[in-house]
This record gives sequence, C-alpha cells and structure tokens, in this order.
Amino acid sequence: MSATSTAVTSAKAQRSGGSPIRGWNWMASLFLTPALLLLGVFMLYPVISTIVLSFDRGLGNYIRLLTADRRFLDLSTFPPSGALFNNVLWVVFYTTGCIFFGLLIAVLATRVRYEPAIKAIVFLPMAIAATALGVIWRFVYTPDRDTGLLNALLGIFHLGPIAFLGDTGWVNTALIIAGIWGSVGFATVILSAALKGISTEVLEAARVDGARESQIFRRIIIPMLSLPISVVAVTLVINVIKLFDLIYVMTAGGPGSSSRVIAFTMYQEAFPAGRVDYGAAVAVMMLVILIPVLIFNVRRFRSERVVQ
Amino acid sequence: MSGAFGDQALEPPARTTSQRMARFVAKTPIHIALLAIALVWLLPTIGLLITSFRPSEDVLSNGWWTVFTGNLRFTTDNYQSVLGGQGMLTAFLNSVSISIPSTILPLLISALAAYAFAWLEFPLRDTIFLVVVALLMIPVQMTLIPLLDLFAALGLNRGFLMLWIAHTTFALPFGIFLLRNFFITLPRDLIEAARMDGASSWKIFTTVVVPLSVPALASYGIFQFLWVWNDLLMALIFAPRGGQPMTVQVTGLLGTYGTEWHILAAAAFVIMLVPLIVFFSLQRYFVQGLLAGSVK
Repeated sequence: MSATSTAVTSAKAQRSGGSPIRGWNWMASLFLTPALLLLGVFMLYPVISTIVLSFDRGLGNYIRLLTADRRFLDLSTFPPSGALFNNVLWVVFYTTGCIFFGLLIAVLATRVRYEPAIKAIVFLPMAIAATALGVIWRFVYTPDRDTGLLNALLGIFHLGPIAFLGDTGWVNTALIIAGIWGSVGFATVILSAALKGISTEVLEAARVDGARESQIFRRIIIPMLSLPISVVAVTLVINVIKLFDLIYVMTAGGPGSSSRVIAFTMYQEAFPAGRVDYGAAVAVMMLVILIPVLIFNVRRFRSERVVQ
Repeated sequence: MSGAFGDQALEPPARTTSQRMARFVAKTPIHIALLAIALVWLLPTIGLLITSFRPSEDVLSNGWWTVFTGNLRFTTDNYQSVLGGQGMLTAFLNSVSISIPSTILPLLISALAAYAFAWLEFPLRDTIFLVVVALLMIPVQMTLIPLLDLFAALGLNRGFLMLWIAHTTFALPFGIFLLRNFFITLPRDLIEAARMDGASSWKIFTTVVVPLSVPALASYGIFQFLWVWNDLLMALIFAPRGGQPMTVQVTGLLGTYGTEWHILAAAAFVIMLVPLIVFFSLQRYFVQGLLAGSVK
C-alpha cells in the first residue's frame, strides 16, 4: 500500500498552506452527498457484484479462461494466440510504435517553423471517435485496388492485393498500425512539451563540445526524457487493456477470433453471448492486469506537472 | 494553429532573408521527413472526406485519388442519404441528448465534491479522497453486468437515464481529482476574506471558486463531452431502442453496407463534425483536457 501513503503525502503537500476552513461539517456533507451516493450505488456496488458473480462456479470460470478457452489463450501453437496474447502484441508494438513516432515527430518538429501545424495534424485523430477512426482505416485497407489506398499503392509495385483485415496473418498488424496512427499525437504533444523543458544551454554546450546530433539525441535527450516517456508508456498500456471500440468496429474480433482482445472478449461473452458469469471473470482479469499499472500511475500523480 | 501546441524552437531565429533561405535548404531532409509524416496522417482522412462527396457510381468504379487527375464530380447526395434514409439525423440528435446531460451533471457534481475536498474540513477527508482517486482505476467493464440489473430493479431503465447515470458516475473520480487539484491552488487569502465577510460555503463556491476555475472546468467539460460523444461501449449496452447515438448507428451501417463507402464515408464525417469543430475552435482547452484526461 505504499502508493496510498505516497498519494496522502502528495495530497497534503499540495494544499495551499495551513489547515482548511473549519466548522461546516453539515455543509461538507451537502457538497459531497451527490458524488458519494452515485459512486457507492453505481460503481462500488456493481464492482463487488461483478467479483462475486465471477466466482459463481467457484474457480471454474478462471480455470476455463486460462486453460480451456482457445479464443482467450492458446499456448498449444507457436506463436501462441488468443485474446490475451493479442493484448501482449498490442502492449509491445502499439506502445513502442507510439513512443517511437511520437519522439521522432517531436524532435523533428522543434526544428521547423511550422511545428504547431505538424503537431495539430498528428494530434487530430485523438479528437475523433474510434468508430470514425475504424471507418477511415477499413477504407484504407480495402482489398479492392480501385477503392483501398494501401492496395492501390501496392499495385504500383505489382504486389497484393492483400486482405489486411480478412487474413489472420495480417489482421493484428493492420489493427495495431491503425491504433498507433490514432495515438501518436498524444505521445508527440507530451514528449514535445518535455523536450522544450530541456535547457537550450545544455544542448548548446554539447554542440560547442563537438557532439554530433545523434550523440545529443542518445546521450542527452533520451535520458532527460525518461520520465515523460514512462508516463506516456503507462498511459498507452492502460489504453491497450481497455481497447474495445477499434476492434469492434474494424473486425469484430475476426476473422474467426484471431483479432480478439480482452475487453472485446468481456463484451462478447457477457452481452451478445449472455454468459454473464464468464464475462464477469474476464472483467476481473482486466482489473487484475491493470492494478500494477495503475499503482504506478497513482505514484506519478505527484509529478502531475509532467503532463501539464 | 498556435497556442496549445507551443511555437518556440530550440534555436535562435534567423535575422535576414538569406540566412532564412540557407537554413531552410540545410534542413531539406527534415522538411521531407515531416512532409511524409503529414501525408501519412492526412491522406486517410482526406481520402474519406473526398469519398463522402463523390457520386456512388464513381466511388464504386474508381479511387478517390482520381479527383487529382480531373475526375471532378461532386455531390451532397451521400449526406442527404445518411441523414435521411439511414437515420443519422435521429442518431445525431440522440448523441446530443446523451452527451449534454452527461457533461453538465458530472461537472456540477464533481465541482461540488472537489470544493469540499479542497476547502472544507470533515472527518476522514483525505481517506475518502484517496478512495475516490483509487476508483479511477476501475475499468467500466467491472460494472456493466450488474448495472443492467440494478437499473431495472430501481426502475431507471427508461430513455437515456441509464446512459446519463452511467456516464456521470464514471466521470466523477477523474473530475473530482482534477478539480480538487485545481481548487487547492486558488489563493487562500481570497477564500478566507470571503469567509470573514460572512459568506456561506455555498456563496464562496459560486462567487469565488467557480469563476476563478473556468479554465479547469472548461478543459474537463470538453474532455467529458467528447468522451461521451465518442463512446461506443456504454451506448451498445445502455442505449434505449430507437435512442442509439451515432457511434452505434455507424457500427450498424458497417454491418449492412460494409462496402458501400459513399454511405459510410458521409456517416463517419457526420460523427466527426462536432469533435472537429471543438478541436479547431477550443484547441487550447481541448488539448489540456485530453492530456489531463489520459489518466482516465
């Protein structure tokens, strides 16, 4: 529980001096009641119900999920497959992809005068619904060369056409690329703000000492950005665990179940398929996976300035 | 496009035109790389935008890029079709009806609670605040199944009530966290002075705290509005029959018209219209809200 005590310390540290205004306890309860009532009835109670529901068959749901459900986790093949493994692919490639391109764009853009325009262009997909993003990329990936941009480009080199979203070998790559495209703006804006925090004197001194740009990047920029990079990485990992809309819109988990992820499995099992206790177990798995990541996040609330 | 994205470069500005020219040429590889990046981020969206204005027979027979080689036939038929026949106008109004209360309610409720956590004293204050912050961790999936039964048991499974309550509740931990951290930075003297003048807590809240916190309230409000506007998962589960917002409607169109891109393109742009307006008009608040909201 060290994260908890850290947050208490930071809560106290942030208060603007001395003790708070005294003497209005009845007033405080008026201010708090609406929020606490809603949180208690519509959040805490359902969370506890979901946990109870997931143990409806003892540990049966969890045993089945981890050992007998090939659509959730299949270790019999190489590489492994299933929703959980797909989420691992997402965590690795989506997170590194977003940070790589975010850093690249941030570093390149600081050196030109039209930097705000470039950042706005890359940030724009953050504003739009994953549903619209899904339509945009389904259109790009269309196998028909007279419709789909990517296959038209491949056609110039006499390649393809490839059914990116209909081929089990391609589908996860194609989805992750669409996901990266949608989130790079977030990484770019945060890393760019952090980059501007590096003092120009440090960079000038390195240049005067004859450091090459590549050395400056590896020895100065990367180490000085390690905190904001880790903040971006944690946020992206949380995004991945909760990822639902994009998968639902672009492939509905298909072809077959080859592009399912955990959050999609939860929805699919609990609602269209109606296996509520099994869906509850998947939801609990999501929470269990998120807890370590979120504890890290609570700790970094202390360094909130990184984001603002 | 200045403002939220900052505009200072890491090196001193060039003084003369020739210096500027020389610098521009020396950076040719950077300009080429950035041009490529801009194209990758613009072309997919622009392609869909162009497609949404092309006649359906053209969309089916050749690519949107042929408009650059002289195939300049445009129409608004696709928009008329999705707004009328495909029910996107109803869905648009549903999105508005869902999003506005789901923004105002959490703004109001979390501002009240945040004020109590920041400036009032009561037992277990920090502990309760920590529990609220810990609730930030809960994924919505942990509540969806019991919520359906609970809404039915309480007789709340009518109209947009379920969506309003679910969105409001899930917005509270982040709102309370964000606004409390803003409220505690307000000058203590100002609040003390108002108290000395005999102002009640309610009066201090409405006349001192809220007016001074407009930027934070705006960032949170915009973030929450777009969050709800773009939401698909909660809408799939809690939207009433005939009350589906645009995200659900477009997902349905994808199933029915999976390859009729003139319809899908127009529908996608109807969803994107409001976020794009918000993006271009309120960019500063918008970016701050999204960045702060990324913890949600």
